[in-house]
Amino acid sequence: MKKTIFFGALAVAGLAAGIVSAGTLDDVKARGKLNCGVSTGVPGFAQPDANGVWQGFDIAVCRAVAAAVLNDSDAIEFVPTTGKTRFTSLASGEIDMLARNTTWTMSRDVDLKFEFIGVNYYDGQGFMVKASTGITSAKSPDIDGVTVCIQTGTTTELNLADHFRSIGMSYEPLPVESGAEAVTQYMAGACDMFTTDRSALAARRANMETPEDHVLLPEIISKEPLGPLVRHGDNDWADVVRWTLNALITAEELGVTSANIEEMAKGTNNPEMNRLLGSEGNLGEMLNLDADWAKRAISVAGNYGEIFEANIGSGTIIGLARGVNAMWTDGGLIYSPPFR
Amino acid sequence: MSTSISSERETFRLSMLLNDKRYRSYTFQAFALFVLICVVAYLGKNLVENLAAAGLNISYGFLGEASGYDINQRLIEYSSQSSHLRAAFVGILNTLLVAFLGCITATILGITAGILRLSNNWIVAKLMSIYVEIFRNVPVLIWILIINSIFLAVLPQPRAFKGENPEASMLWDMFAFTGRGIYAPKPLFLEGSVVVVGTFILSILAIFALRRYARHKLYSEGRLINTLWPSLALFVIPTVLIFYALGSPIGLEYPELKGFNFKGGIYARGGLISLWFALSIYTGAFIAEVVRAGILSVNEGQTEAAAALGLRPNFVMNLVVLPQALRVIVPPLISFYLNITKNSSLALAVGYMDITGTLGGITLNQTGRAIEAILLLMLFYLIISLGISAIMNIYNRSIMLKER
Repeated sequence: MKKTIFFGALAVAGLAAGIVSAGTLDDVKARGKLNCGVSTGVPGFAQPDANGVWQGFDIAVCRAVAAAVLNDSDAIEFVPTTGKTRFTSLASGEIDMLARNTTWTMSRDVDLKFEFIGVNYYDGQGFMVKASTGITSAKSPDIDGVTVCIQTGTTTELNLADHFRSIGMSYEPLPVESGAEAVTQYMAGACDMFTTDRSALAARRANMETPEDHVLLPEIISKEPLGPLVRHGDNDWADVVRWTLNALITAEELGVTSANIEEMAKGTNNPEMNRLLGSEGNLGEMLNLDADWAKRAISVAGNYGEIFEANIGSGTIIGLARGVNAMWTDGGLIYSPPFR
Repeated sequence: MSTSISSERETFRLSMLLNDKRYRSYTFQAFALFVLICVVAYLGKNLVENLAAAGLNISYGFLGEASGYDINQRLIEYSSQSSHLRAAFVGILNTLLVAFLGCITATILGITAGILRLSNNWIVAKLMSIYVEIFRNVPVLIWILIINSIFLAVLPQPRAFKGENPEASMLWDMFAFTGRGIYAPKPLFLEGSVVVVGTFILSILAIFALRRYARHKLYSEGRLINTLWPSLALFVIPTVLIFYALGSPIGLEYPELKGFNFKGGIYARGGLISLWFALSIYTGAFIAEVVRAGILSVNEGQTEAAAALGLRPNFVMNLVVLPQALRVIVPPLISFYLNITKNSSLALAVGYMDITGTLGGITLNQTGRAIEAILLLMLFYLIISLGISAIMNIYNRSIMLKER
């Protein structure tokens, strides 16, 4: 019996610690496919459309990386992961990168040995309640004893415990496995309140039959910088993903869009744009890619701003305003180091 | 042993390891063991090397750190400031609770359905066949989800109890059946309650003594004493008398609607009830089949002989058939109890925080110590399962055919 435990555990461990040493960039090129870990479905961020094609804000990052590395934005194996399985999938090498609205925290970065390559959405944890409850604040004394649906295995669980501890009130957590299930439980009345990142709350609310019956409370109880991540220790691969994201951001800053990119790539009098799009310098070569890598990444769905507007922006049913996710030049937090 | 063999006649030669029947099996077993050790060693080396390459290590230090998350059902004191180890204990107790409740109800359901399936009444027998076939052949996770959804859909939410003309009301002002669970009054033990509880325990002991005495009379003098009414009287009367004599020292705390939920009283959460109910009816269907097989395994001659002696059908079942059938029923019953315990790990589907949900879920996620948490989890289930089999094996030995 004892042997069986060890055997099983070691098999698990063997899987968990799979391919760490090999260069991920070379692996991806040899495979001809990028394994990208995504969520099991958050409207606007990652969800298969009617034709089964994955669409969304996080998906766009995967597609940009695939285009930059493999010259094919469809050469991706999307691996749906839950809040619980995502880190094991990444650590074991099952996926090359994780683009799954994952919060950048110190312990995940340092202790779990992951490399957050940037932030593609600045979020914060919020609350949604039914309008009929009359609750207008997550700090009002009325919420004592409230039942809260919460997606297990996420930072929101810890923030929620901290929030109720700080306001000195009791609550009843109802843990659920996925965001979709949390909505089901919330709609069925198993819980009074649903908490997760505000972007996801807005997305879920937009998908409800009568969004006006549900209100987002004004309190934001945490900082949730969401971004893609890769494994620690493979800096070449981390650089590729990081600078692909930066290329999308810089493209918006420089005004490169999917409409004018062909024109711009021929060479302009802006040296940074030329370096970005490969008509000048050897930035692609430094990444072990060709000169057109960034141009291909931007061509897939446009620059950061275009991707935002197409998937979650005010024109979509999700209807998120740019807010703090505006360009730094517009007073937001989205900022890329220079391409030099 | 080896000396007796070698001293017999021929000396030992190496080829005998394969050619000699006496040694061959040992050779193969030794070889299999060697291969197993090699594989384990390879996996172990792989684990250590890869962990080292990733800069990770195996450490259980996280168990002492504050967990930072809350758990809804706590049988022991616990807050988000408690350690991960305590969170694991909360989970263990929740697992044991649902497993214990599940085993009891599954057994009752199973035995009832198993016996009724053999009933001469066509409708009863067919109904039980339908129960067994439906519940046995659909995965338990689906049953858990179905029961939970029915629970949520059928019962009113706490908010329906609110207002001047509430849509729902409490049963006798004591019980509230809500989609979030069932609230019942909680006994409050005041001064003098020890005497009442003591009396109750004494009357239970007295009932056992009475039954023993009745059995003794039956075996020694052949006199059948009716124990049902005296037992019931013993069960109720002394306790009630003492209770009122001492001026009702045990009170009841009624659940009350406050804010979003009921407060006070005993609260059985919807998750617990769905899980408990689903595990019970699912496993009960399997137990019913085993019970039926056990009963059928008793030779028909036994039933006929008992009937010929003039025993009524329920005596035939209780005194003649079931005791013999138990020998067949109990060994597979052990594995059903183990199944209930292990299947309770599906608890997260209905938001019930068992050990898989706390240690194997949130703790694993928040600390990222997957290997350590899974190893602990396996160890826990192993210990529990071995414990259950040990207890059931003792019981099995006590009901085995005693050869005199």
